Amino acid sequence: MADLVVHRPEGLYCPPGDFYIDPWRPVPRAVITHAHSDHARAGHGHYLASQPSEGVLRARLGEIDLQTLAYGERIVHHGVTLSLHPAGHVLGSSQVRLEHGGRVWVASGDYKVAPDRTCTPFEPVKCDVFITESTFGLPIYRWCPDDELFADINGWWARNVVAGRASVLTCYSFGKAQRILSGVDPSIGPIVVHGAVEPLNRAYRAAGVDLPQTCMVTGVKDRADLKRALVVCPPSAAASPWMRRFGDASTAFASGWMQLRGARRRGGWDRGFVLSDHADWPGLMSAIGATGAGRVIVTHGSVPVMVRYLTEQGLQAEAFDTEYGGDGVEADVQPDVEEGGTP
Amino acid sequence: MKRFAGLFAELDATTSTNAKVEALQRYFGQAPAADAAWAVYFLSGGKPRQVVPTSRLAILACEVAGIAPWLFDECYQAVGDLAETIAHVLPRDSEPTDVGLAVWVEERLLPLRGLSEPEIAQRMKAYWRELDAQGRFLLTKLVGGGFRVGVSKLLVQRALAAHAGVDAKRVAQRMMGYTDGKAMPSVERFQALIAAHDEGVPAPGDEGQPYPFFLAHPLDAPPEVFASRLGPVAAWQVEWKYDGIRGQVVKRAGRVWLWSRGEELVTERFPEIEALAAQLPDGTVLDGEIMVWKDDPVEKQGTFAGRPAPFSLLQQRIGRKTLTKKVLAEAPVTFMAYDLLEQDGQDIRERPQRERRGRLEAVLDGTGFKVSPVESGASWLDYAKRRERSRELGVEGFMLKRLDAAYGTGRTKAEGLWWKWKIDPMTIDCVLIYAQAGHGRRASVYTDYTFAVWSRAPASQEEADAVIEAIAAREPPQPGGLQLVAFAKAYSGLTDEEFRQVDAIIRKGTLEKFGPVRSVKPSLVFELGFEGINRSPRHKSGIAVRFPRMLRIRFDKPLHEANTLQDLEALLKL
Repeated sequence: MADLVVHRPEGLYCPPGDFYIDPWRPVPRAVITHAHSDHARAGHGHYLASQPSEGVLRARLGEIDLQTLAYGERIVHHGVTLSLHPAGHVLGSSQVRLEHGGRVWVASGDYKVAPDRTCTPFEPVKCDVFITESTFGLPIYRWCPDDELFADINGWWARNVVAGRASVLTCYSFGKAQRILSGVDPSIGPIVVHGAVEPLNRAYRAAGVDLPQTCMVTGVKDRADLKRALVVCPPSAAASPWMRRFGDASTAFASGWMQLRGARRRGGWDRGFVLSDHADWPGLMSAIGATGAGRVIVTHGSVPVMVRYLTEQGLQAEAFDTEYGGDGVEADVQPDVEEGGTP
Repeated sequence: MKRFAGLFAELDATTSTNAKVEALQRYFGQAPAADAAWAVYFLSGGKPRQVVPTSRLAILACEVAGIAPWLFDECYQAVGDLAETIAHVLPRDSEPTDVGLAVWVEERLLPLRGLSEPEIAQRMKAYWRELDAQGRFLLTKLVGGGFRVGVSKLLVQRALAAHAGVDAKRVAQRMMGYTDGKAMPSVERFQALIAAHDEGVPAPGDEGQPYPFFLAHPLDAPPEVFASRLGPVAAWQVEWKYDGIRGQVVKRAGRVWLWSRGEELVTERFPEIEALAAQLPDGTVLDGEIMVWKDDPVEKQGTFAGRPAPFSLLQQRIGRKTLTKKVLAEAPVTFMAYDLLEQDGQDIRERPQRERRGRLEAVLDGTGFKVSPVESGASWLDYAKRRERSRELGVEGFMLKRLDAAYGTGRTKAEGLWWKWKIDPMTIDCVLIYAQAGHGRRASVYTDYTFAVWSRAPASQEEADAVIEAIAAREPPQPGGLQLVAFAKAYSGLTDEEFRQVDAIIRKGTLEKFGPVRSVKPSLVFELGFEGINRSPRHKSGIAVRFPRMLRIRFDKPLHEANTLQDLEALLKL
C-alpha cells in the first residue's frame, strides 16, 4: 500500500488527500502544525490549522485564507480523514492525524511532552506510522522540572534586583517568551518586553492564556524601575542599541542548547537557562512509544542517531529530509536566528 | 561538594576578573578549611594522579544510562567533553547529599585507586547518585584527573590574600609547591598559606621555597617607536631570549632545590644543575633557563663556545624519570642564569636590576654556571639589526629589562619593566584540508584544522584546480602527481567571529566524515605562523613545526599560490 505522507520538493505531501503538511514552498493547500516561521510560511493558497493557533498565525502571516479545526474535530478530504491533536509545543501547535484505507499516520510537527501553562498538553495518538521531530535527539538532553527551572530564574532575577541591575532574559519571541512570563514570579519586579514579544503576548491573552502584566520599555515612567526589571527580548535585541538603556545588566539566554557548557560559554551570556519547547530525549522516546507505531519517520535534528537507535529498538525507522529548524549544532552556534527554528 | 560545585558554576559563568575574585573570596569565607585546602589545590592547577581513567567511567555511564557505546560517542561529539557527557547521560534520579570536598577527595576518590573493577563500578554508581548534574561533572573531572577552570593561580592568590588580609606576594611565595603532589592539601597547609606574617620567623618546612617568577610582557611594536615608548637604550639591559625551561635554583642550608616555572620541583631530573649548585654559598637563589647546550669549539656565542640545542632535545629530558648515561651524554643540560633573587639569605628582589646583575656576576664567577650575556647596542635600531641573527644563534629574540627596576611578581599589571621582544614567526601559506570540532567553549564548532602545502609548485591555476576537483570527487591522488601534503595542525589565532565564518564554510564544503574529523574541499588559504621547524620521521611530510598557529585567513589568495614542500625545506635550512 502506498504511503500516506511522502517527501516532495515542496514539503511533506499526502497523495490521496492532495495537500501538504508544513510545506516550505508555496502550495495550493497546506496543513500547518504551528505558527513558527519554519513551519508556517507565507504564500500558500489555503491554510488549515488548529483553532487555538488562529490568533498567532494571523499575527505572523497577516491576511491568509485560513480554516480552523478544534482539537479532535474530524474532517474528510478526498477520502482522507484528518484531525488535529495537541502537540504541547506552543499555543495552537498540533499533530496531524491522517486516516485512509484503514491506516493511521500521525505527523507530529514539533512537540513537547512536559506540561506547559501556555498551551494544551501533548496528547498521545495511536497510529501505524509516526513522523517525529528529533531536535534534541541525544540522551544528553534531559530537562529539569519547571519548578526547579523557574526557581532558578526567579533567584537570578531577585539577586539582580538586590544588586541594582536589570535582568535581561533573551529567548525566542513566540512560545518561549510567553512560557517564561507565565512561570516567573511577578512580585519580584516589573516586567518589560521587547516590541517583538508584545504582539504575541496579545495573541496569547486573547486566546485565554494567563500572563502577568508586562509593559514596553517606552511605558516605563521611573528609570529606577529599569534596574529592577526582568526584560524579555529576542537575542538579536541584546546586541542592539536598544539594550543601552538598561546599563550594566545581567544577561541570560533561555534555550535547550544551554544544557551544554560549551554553548553557554560561547554565547557570552552571564547565565544560560535550559528551557526548550521541544521534547528532551526521554520525552521523544515516551512519545514514540505511546503511539504504538511500528514505523517511525524522523525529521529535523539528530536524524541519523534517532534512526539507528529506533532501528536497534526493533522499529522500522527512516528519515525525511525537511527544511525545518536547523542542524542542531548550527542552530547552537547561532542561537539568535530570529526567523527560523526555535531551539 | 555542593559548595565547591556552586563556586565552579560561578567561576565558569563569568568572564569578569573581579566577579571571580569575589566568588573565590566568598567561598574561602564560608568553606571549612579542610575543603578550602583542596579547593586551592584544584583551582591553582593541582592534579592528583588519575584515579580511574575517564574512558572507563564512560563505559560505566553507558551501563547506568542503558545506552550503547556508539550512542555515547554521538553524545560526546556534541558535547566535546567526556566528563560533561557522562554527567548528562546519567539519568536524573539523584538523591543529593552534602558531603564536603575534602571527604570526597580523601575518603572516597583517592581510595578508589587500586580497587577491583567491580568495586570501583559499584562505588562510582553510588557516588553519582549522590550528586546533581553539576556535581557529577565535577566528580568525573576529579576522578579522571581533568579538572580545569578559568581562573589563574594569581586570582586564587589574590582572593586568598583578600580573605586573610595577607600580602598577595607572600601568599604566592607560600603557595610555591602547593600543587606539586608531594604532600596532600590539609587544614595545616591551608592555614599556613593564610597565616598572619611574623617578621623574621621562618615557617617550618620553608627552607626550599622559591620566589614567584617575574614574567615579561610581549613587545609588539616596530623598533622605530621603541625610543618613544621605552626611552633611551642606556636605561635597559638587553639579553638574548632562550627557548628552554624557566627555572629557579635555590641553595640553602647545604641543600639544592631546582624549581620549574610550573612551580614543580625538578631537582632530580637535572642532576647536572644540582651538582653545579652544590658549590654555591648557602642563601643563594638564581633565576634562569634550563637548557641543553651544544658545545662547539668553533662557534661562539658571547663568551661561550657552542650554542643552544633545539628545544626538541630538551624535550627528551622532560618527563624522563630514569636518566641513562646515554641520555645524559646526548642531551647535557646547563643552567643559563640571568638574575639573582637572594644573596647571603637576604631577599634582594627589591634591589635594582643593575645591582642584581653585578652581584649575579660576582656570585657565579668561577662556578660552572653560564651567565646570560648582556648585549650592548648603540640604539634600538642597532638592536633590531642584531636581533635578525636570532635564528642563527638558536634564540627567540631579545629580553629587555629596565636597569632601575625591581624584580616583580608574575605577569603584573605594572607593565614596562621586562619585555620579551621575540622574532617574527616563520610563516607559510597553506590550505585547509581537514577540520575537527573543538573542546570546551568550542565544542560543536570546527576550530581544529589540518593544513597542507603543495608537493611541488603547480604549473598553473588549471593544474591546481584539477587536483582540487579530483579531491572533491574523492579520486585517489595520482602517484607522482601534484598533491596537497598535510604538514601541520593548528587551532588558535582566529577570533570567534572568524571561527564562525570558517565553521560555516567547512560545513558547506564537507566531503567525508571520519568520526569527528571532516575532510573539506580545499578552498581556504591560511597564513600559518610557527616558532621553529625540524625534520621528523613521525610526520608524513617529514617535517614538524613548533607552536603553529593561524595568523590570518588569506581570502585574497588563490589556492595555487599556497606554499610548497620545497618552501618548507628552505625554512629548515634557516
